[in-house]
Amino acid sequence: MPAVSKGDGMRGLAVFISDIRNCKSKEAEIKRINKELANIRSKFKGDKALDGYSKKKYVCKLLFIFLLGHDIDFGHMEAVNLLSSNKYTEKQIGYLFISVLVNSNSELIRLINNAIKNDLASRNPTFMCLALHCIANVGSREMGEAFAADIPRILVAGDSMDSVKQSAALCLLRLYKASPDLVPMGEWTARVVHLLNDQHMGVVTAAVSLITCLCKKNPDDFKTCVSLAVSRLSRIVSSASTDLQDYTYYFVPAPWLSVKLLRLLQCYPPPEDAAVKGRLVECLETVLNKAQEPPKSKKVQHSNAKNAILFETISLIIHYDSEPNLLVRACNQLGQFLQHRETNLRYLALESMCTLASSEFSHEAVKTHIETVINALKTERDVSVRQRAVDLLYAMCDRSNAPQIVAEMLSYLETADYSIREEIVLKVAILAEKYAVDYTWYVDTILNLIRIAGDYVSEEVWYRVIQIVINRDDVQGYAAKTVFEALQAPACHENLVKVGGYILGEFGNLIAGDPRSSPLIQFHLLHSKFHLCSVPTRALLLSTYIKFVNLFPEVKPTIQDVLRSDSQLRNADVELQQRAVEYLRLSTVASTDILATVLEEMPPFPERESSILAKLKKKKGPGTVTDLEDTKRDRSVDVNGGPEPAPASTSAVSTPSPSADLLGLGAAPTAPAGPPPSSGGSGLLVDVFSDSASVVAPLAPGSEDNFARFVCKNNGVLFENQLLQIGLKSEFRQNLGRMFIFYGNKTSTQFLNFTPTLICSDDLQPNLNLQTKPVDPTVEGGAQVQQVVNIECVSDFTEAPVLNIQFRYGGTFQNVSVQLPITLNKFFQPTEMASQDFFQRWKQLSNPQQEVQNIFKAKHPMDTEVTKAKIIGFGSALLEEVDPNPANFVGAGIIHTKTTQIGCLLRLEPNLQAQMYRLTLRTSKEAVSQRLCELLSAQF
Amino acid sequence: MTCRQGKLRLQKWYITRELVQTVLARKPKMCSFLEWRDLKIVYKRYASLYFCCAIEDQDNELITLEIIHRYVELLDKYFGSVCELDIIFNFEKAYFILDEFLLGGEVQETSKKNVLKAIEQADLLQEKTETISVLSNIKS
Repeated sequence: MPAVSKGDGMRGLAVFISDIRNCKSKEAEIKRINKELANIRSKFKGDKALDGYSKKKYVCKLLFIFLLGHDIDFGHMEAVNLLSSNKYTEKQIGYLFISVLVNSNSELIRLINNAIKNDLASRNPTFMCLALHCIANVGSREMGEAFAADIPRILVAGDSMDSVKQSAALCLLRLYKASPDLVPMGEWTARVVHLLNDQHMGVVTAAVSLITCLCKKNPDDFKTCVSLAVSRLSRIVSSASTDLQDYTYYFVPAPWLSVKLLRLLQCYPPPEDAAVKGRLVECLETVLNKAQEPPKSKKVQHSNAKNAILFETISLIIHYDSEPNLLVRACNQLGQFLQHRETNLRYLALESMCTLASSEFSHEAVKTHIETVINALKTERDVSVRQRAVDLLYAMCDRSNAPQIVAEMLSYLETADYSIREEIVLKVAILAEKYAVDYTWYVDTILNLIRIAGDYVSEEVWYRVIQIVINRDDVQGYAAKTVFEALQAPACHENLVKVGGYILGEFGNLIAGDPRSSPLIQFHLLHSKFHLCSVPTRALLLSTYIKFVNLFPEVKPTIQDVLRSDSQLRNADVELQQRAVEYLRLSTVASTDILATVLEEMPPFPERESSILAKLKKKKGPGTVTDLEDTKRDRSVDVNGGPEPAPASTSAVSTPSPSADLLGLGAAPTAPAGPPPSSGGSGLLVDVFSDSASVVAPLAPGSEDNFARFVCKNNGVLFENQLLQIGLKSEFRQNLGRMFIFYGNKTSTQFLNFTPTLICSDDLQPNLNLQTKPVDPTVEGGAQVQQVVNIECVSDFTEAPVLNIQFRYGGTFQNVSVQLPITLNKFFQPTEMASQDFFQRWKQLSNPQQEVQNIFKAKHPMDTEVTKAKIIGFGSALLEEVDPNPANFVGAGIIHTKTTQIGCLLRLEPNLQAQMYRLTLRTSKEAVSQRLCELLSAQF
Repeated sequence: MTCRQGKLRLQKWYITRELVQTVLARKPKMCSFLEWRDLKIVYKRYASLYFCCAIEDQDNELITLEIIHRYVELLDKYFGSVCELDIIFNFEKAYFILDEFLLGGEVQETSKKNVLKAIEQADLLQEKTETISVLSNIKS
């Protein structure tokens, strides 16, 4: 037993703890605990009323047992009784038990809330603080409902003690984070901002946290905090190390407050007021200067506190991204830390530099540290630090250093920790594709990836290399030769067999002239791997073989023999058996012409965002690989990178694919985010952007309503009048879609000069590509004609395209316009996630620009099932059991566009009594949040 | 800072055995930060005890390290050279000190004097009420 036992020693508790500690085995411990639990139970149930002290002691024991990892399912009522004790320690233990063992029994909650209410009203500051601590520790919605309105009052009351104000501020913050809707904004907000001026540093410290959280949602209400925060910060930064007395920590004045103030400033853009801005820049410079001064103490606490402020300052400088001078200084400072002997500082410097690398002002400065970072990758002993080095190399990569960085990552991969291999593989694959000038380098790199870390090469990666090889005819011969050579290795990874099988099946003919890689040799090489492979790979190889039958008629008998063997024709696997049977039959009955047609070379793949990039984003969570980063980096490449080799879209143009001119192969990620090449030059295509607007009819009446009906569904009648019916059927996948438009002539007379035209406004045109072919200008009476529109979402968009139809009916000219329901939500892919992930992401998207909220009256009956169907129809996943309130609906999904992917979270809160809804959208992009909110709001 | 100290002090006792194993497996010279699920863990070892804080991505790692240190200083000052046993036998006090220092995962009061004043006041309050209750016992 320890000698020290401050305050009231609860002897019984100390004895019990000693007993537990003396237990020799887990079993003995459990036995002792069960004995104690039985004892406490009997005391609580006994006839004799327990005094406060005993209750406190037993409740404390239960708490201790709970902390040992045992479930406690009783004692709550006794703890609640303690709350109304007028003895401080009894009350305190009661509150502790309630805070740690939160219980959702509503009767208990009522009693607890009652006790809290009494304590809050007691005007006894210690009791008030206990009550506030309890609310802050529990933070439940029920407590929010009971107290969210009272706490602001306590916070700004003139007669509240400082300690009460501090607790009230953080208590309110906790409630606001848990249920923002319960905390009413109001007159108190202005007074909270003025707490930044409070004399008591502790009050300021607590208030800054509250303001930082509140201002994210309501930036305008709190914007006066910027100048107050700057002057407070300036006073701290310029104070001597002893000025702030107990708020000085190891010679650093008020480090916690400084860090919090710098965080608060990161919620806003740089101050507009020149004087405020000047003062702030001066502060930031002072912090950077102090970093160069000799330390005032050798203690690590001194340097940690000082550097905490320094890193937060650098974060603010990066957030502003507008002061080249400061950015470069920040980068130099981090450069020093890269070689610091403290592992922590090296880790933080690598992490911080990652964000600096995406600023155009500091990208070049970051690049100068490449050797140090590569060295870190090789020599750091801690995997978390090496991981940061990989991230930084990825962030600083551009065309000038890509070969070096990719080579280093590849060599690191040979010894990398298993936990981060897959991520490195994705990064290498992306960099190799993005910065490839010479595609032979790209092919070599990917094959190396498969060789070194085949198990970590996901499908996306090997699909991608095949797509690229198929789309680029200048690399096909090289690819065939390289895979052929790689397959010579006695043991090669199955992924290599897949890539090799596919590529030789398509392009094996390009190397067949060399007697060392004659068709028969190619075939035997592949077939030597066949039996070691899994079913899907074997299936792929069978397709390769039938392709060989077409490419090389001379090996046809050999292949037919293989297909005919029992192990194929009677294979237990249905897929393999079917392929063998069908391919064998095909090779026997089809003429060479038919074979050539059926087994023609694969057409180029439509270009879309690299699926690997999508995978990496998914792995890292939305927001970490932002489109902003990409565009910024690309911009900086343009600025600094000197002459850029032309993105290799030239070869693609010559490919006889109707959509080829849209694609810009291989260049998708590097292409500047500006407008894509204007399409539709070919005479075959309807010029969807022609400026025929002068003759376009205004939108047909009712078209708006019809439009809204299509937001959550894809098929139906878009427009109908006495002459014409327009029906739609559409399907969307990722950023691509196809819409079938059916024009029905309801009359018995021909429509002549029937001309549908798709019109995209100037704003819409760069963001949405539509392609279609003209329809027959004559529509017979009673007939229906169909038009197919291929849709590509390049970037997020707000407007909808307009479909204008002009034709002659009898002697009259008809002109109809309707909005075509191609809306941003069509490019949704639903994302399932658990409650924890949802709220984690929800919090990550807490910048004021990322959230859009709409409160509106219900226009339709408020039916839960209908609402669910609409949310699913909208395209997002409907997440069940995520929102603590079961009446609410939450959804999550990713909007796919060609240039980026945008993670979207939504929450719909119905209020049946008021017949209202509140809809909240959070995405990484303001315009997207805005548009999705508009679209979905109109549905209820 | 939205760190989860509130939960953490429970977790350090029982929930996240997995986290505890990860932290314990780390070697002395390694850095004090590690990514764990969606959170970042900042930890420091004092004698036999590991103190861990879970913070979010944007939070400041170094200042969190010093939060840990300040808390240890507070315990040290209150108990007079704190040792693990003090914390085991007076775990409720360790909670009370933490509540004065951090609330809802945010730093509430960084002044050592102010935090300890609050705790000592409470101790004083308790002794007073105890004397009274003893007296009333004698009377009856």
